[in-house]
Amino acid sequence: MELIETKTNNKVLASKQIVSEASSILRVKDLNVFAGHHHILKNVELEIPRNKITVLIGPSGCGKTTLLKCINKLTDLYKELKVSGSIFIDKDDILNTDTNIPALRQKMGLLSQRPYPLPVSIYKNVAYGLKLKGVRDKKLIDFSVEKHLREVGLWEEVKNRLNSPATRLSIGQQQRLCLARGLAVKPSIILADEPTSSLDPISSKIIENLFKDLTKHYTIILVTHVLRQAIRLADHVIFMNDGEIIEQGSPEILFKSPKTEQLRAYLVDGN
Amino acid sequence: MQIRRIFLDKVNGFWMVFSMITILIIPFIIGVGLYLKAAPLFENQSLLKLIFSSSWAPSTGEFGFWPFITGSLYVTLLSFLFTAPVCLFAAIYLTQFSSPGLIRVMHPVIDVLAGLPSVIYGVWGILVIVPFVSDYAAPFFGTSSSGYSVLSGGIVLAVMCIPYTLNMLIEVFNTVPNGLKEASLSLGATMWESVKHVVIRGNYPGIISAYGLGIAKAFGETIAVMMVVGNMVNTSGNPFEAAYPLPALIANNYGEMLSIPMYNAALMFAAFLLFIIILMINLFFRYLIHKTKRQ
Amino acid sequence: MRRVKIIEEKFFIWISAFMTYSLIAVLIFIILVIFIKGFGALNWDMVLKTPRGGYYYGGEGGVLNAIIGSLYIAVGATLIAIIIGVPAALYLNVQLIRYRRTQNTIRYFLDALWGIPSIVYGAFGFSLMIFFGMNASLLAGIITVALLIVPIMVRTFDEVLSTIPKGLHEASLALGSTRTETAFKVLFKQGFPGFITAVLLSFGRGIGDAASVLFTAGYTDNIPVNLDEPAATLPLAIFFQLGSPIPEVRDRAFASAIILTGIILTISIGARILSKRYSRTNLT
Repeated sequence: MELIETKTNNKVLASKQIVSEASSILRVKDLNVFAGHHHILKNVELEIPRNKITVLIGPSGCGKTTLLKCINKLTDLYKELKVSGSIFIDKDDILNTDTNIPALRQKMGLLSQRPYPLPVSIYKNVAYGLKLKGVRDKKLIDFSVEKHLREVGLWEEVKNRLNSPATRLSIGQQQRLCLARGLAVKPSIILADEPTSSLDPISSKIIENLFKDLTKHYTIILVTHVLRQAIRLADHVIFMNDGEIIEQGSPEILFKSPKTEQLRAYLVDGN
Repeated sequence: MQIRRIFLDKVNGFWMVFSMITILIIPFIIGVGLYLKAAPLFENQSLLKLIFSSSWAPSTGEFGFWPFITGSLYVTLLSFLFTAPVCLFAAIYLTQFSSPGLIRVMHPVIDVLAGLPSVIYGVWGILVIVPFVSDYAAPFFGTSSSGYSVLSGGIVLAVMCIPYTLNMLIEVFNTVPNGLKEASLSLGATMWESVKHVVIRGNYPGIISAYGLGIAKAFGETIAVMMVVGNMVNTSGNPFEAAYPLPALIANNYGEMLSIPMYNAALMFAAFLLFIIILMINLFFRYLIHKTKRQ
Repeated sequence: MRRVKIIEEKFFIWISAFMTYSLIAVLIFIILVIFIKGFGALNWDMVLKTPRGGYYYGGEGGVLNAIIGSLYIAVGATLIAIIIGVPAALYLNVQLIRYRRTQNTIRYFLDALWGIPSIVYGAFGFSLMIFFGMNASLLAGIITVALLIVPIMVRTFDEVLSTIPKGLHEASLALGSTRTETAFKVLFKQGFPGFITAVLLSFGRGIGDAASVLFTAGYTDNIPVNLDEPAATLPLAIFFQLGSPIPEVRDRAFASAIILTGIILTISIGARILSKRYSRTNLT
């Protein structure tokens, strides 16, 4: 409880800014997802504030991950899913245009529950997105690889073995590599799906601290099951249950005085 | 009661160990047995000469296996050329692009086809491929052919091996975690680029193993090939002419092999060669699979 | 740049789809050709009578000799494979459960054996037959085919046994069963669907294989009564009849091909249904 208090004091200013600025980077309207007869997301409406950490919480299976995949249009990969509604990024409705989907996905970095390094070298992992963009300039790629590996604090650890397979790194290093790889394509949003759930406490701490720094340039949407992590990081909180958004708002309001019984129960269980 | 239980336990325990050991030594017995049967052949001819000589005259004791080895290789190679691209693309389509319904239908179909006896494929080859080669393919290339040819053998073998290789490739591609594809897509790759970099490139050992095992199967296949390949010694390299692969040599001549001296040994040597070559290929590629699975 | 990527993607998806559908077409084509061609010559005599006037020249009678011969050989070989294969598979999953390396090495070895062509088994069986002074006979055929299908039996059964959780095994030991009792009572029962699949798969392979019985089982127009008599088999009936100069005999080969295909289809559909049914009753 104490933790929440101190956090609250720091965050009062920030949350006011969110409301006043009203500059959301991403808006979801009337999003519905079906898998067969199963209604996974029900009329989801939300806004994601720019350059802030938005935390999605809720019990397992409530549709958090699916929501994240919709934003990234990774739902294309699962042919059994039917998606309807709209998701606006800046002014474009990404669900209802045949926009350049790969370019769209490059606006968003993805960090998944388990790190998935591509089956190539460390260097090529970071360079992958750039090469897909058509960057051929070796110096530019070298520069970018170093810059982003530094950004996630991995450069010193791997600079001597850039050409060894990425799968040989420790899990924590792999997750940071995945983050660097995502940053290298210069996204504006980072989608993180329980990025620390398979990591040891020290690596988790590193990732969390990175996230705080990254808000200078990026908007972060974080799905987490660790309530303490949500409290530590959140600028904006969305609570979901059973495919619906139950509550959303600033963390001090949600965590301190939840309006619904569902959220209250969730917070009690989580602590 | 207790005595009976202990007795049964001992008997069953012995039975288990005995069967395990039997199964494990059978291949050695096969190898050694075939070798001993073939051994008289080495008394007056060197191994190299046996393999690389082209003169085949059983009645005078000359056994050069080269034309049969090349015949086998030629048919196998042709079948591989047909099998490889079809299986690769079909496996990609079925695991990555098609609707989940199609693969649910295709799985049992592929299983059934992999289980069809080779003589059935041979019948089909005689009914369809042989006339096709003699009436259409050969005139198209400006030659004539009886249809019983290397080309027919290659096509029939390819069709036979496709279900087998395809099954293995599907298994390999299904092991690629969705997260890896998602990672690639989220970095801005198109679906095809993700497939190319993650599914294909990430699975080189698996793909090569599936191909290798397919080749081994084609190399040892007997009846189906024998029915359409013509069974005549021929080293011209023309795919519209007949060939005489090793398995067909064994199968065709077992009747007379006891009446000519050394013939028996020569055919057993052919079987020994097949055994060793195919066992080696299998051991190598299975090792590759086991190794990549562990990673 | 983007255009090129889209065209590349479209092209490869199109080509993959094309390959897949043409493959399906070819496979359907095979079955159709066999059935259409053989249907004319298929009649009850084919299934119920032995050939009259010799299988090679006579156009009368049927292939009952080959059907029975094939069944004898496949059943006999499957029985031997069960007697040797099942305990071996159980041994692999009970006694060796703590030795993962040994387990994997044996699996690896059996997988490699699976790939040995049947003609090699045929040649070996023939040598063995000569060694023991036997003639081509039902018994020699059964032994040769048994050698061929044992690795299939063991690996297919083992594949299912290896998915049985270790806990079940430990529970059985904890109740005071010995390892052997655990193997035969608990594991065998739990892996029964796998056993059914293994038996049917081996049986199908045994009944369809031609190269292994070519030297060892011989061929005859009669139905064998004793183990030391030669026996005709369906794949060889097809093969020999196709070589006949008489068109009627060749047609009978096509009809025999339908019979063989029918048997194989029945077995593989049966395997699916049975293994599904047993796994359902086992889970509840």
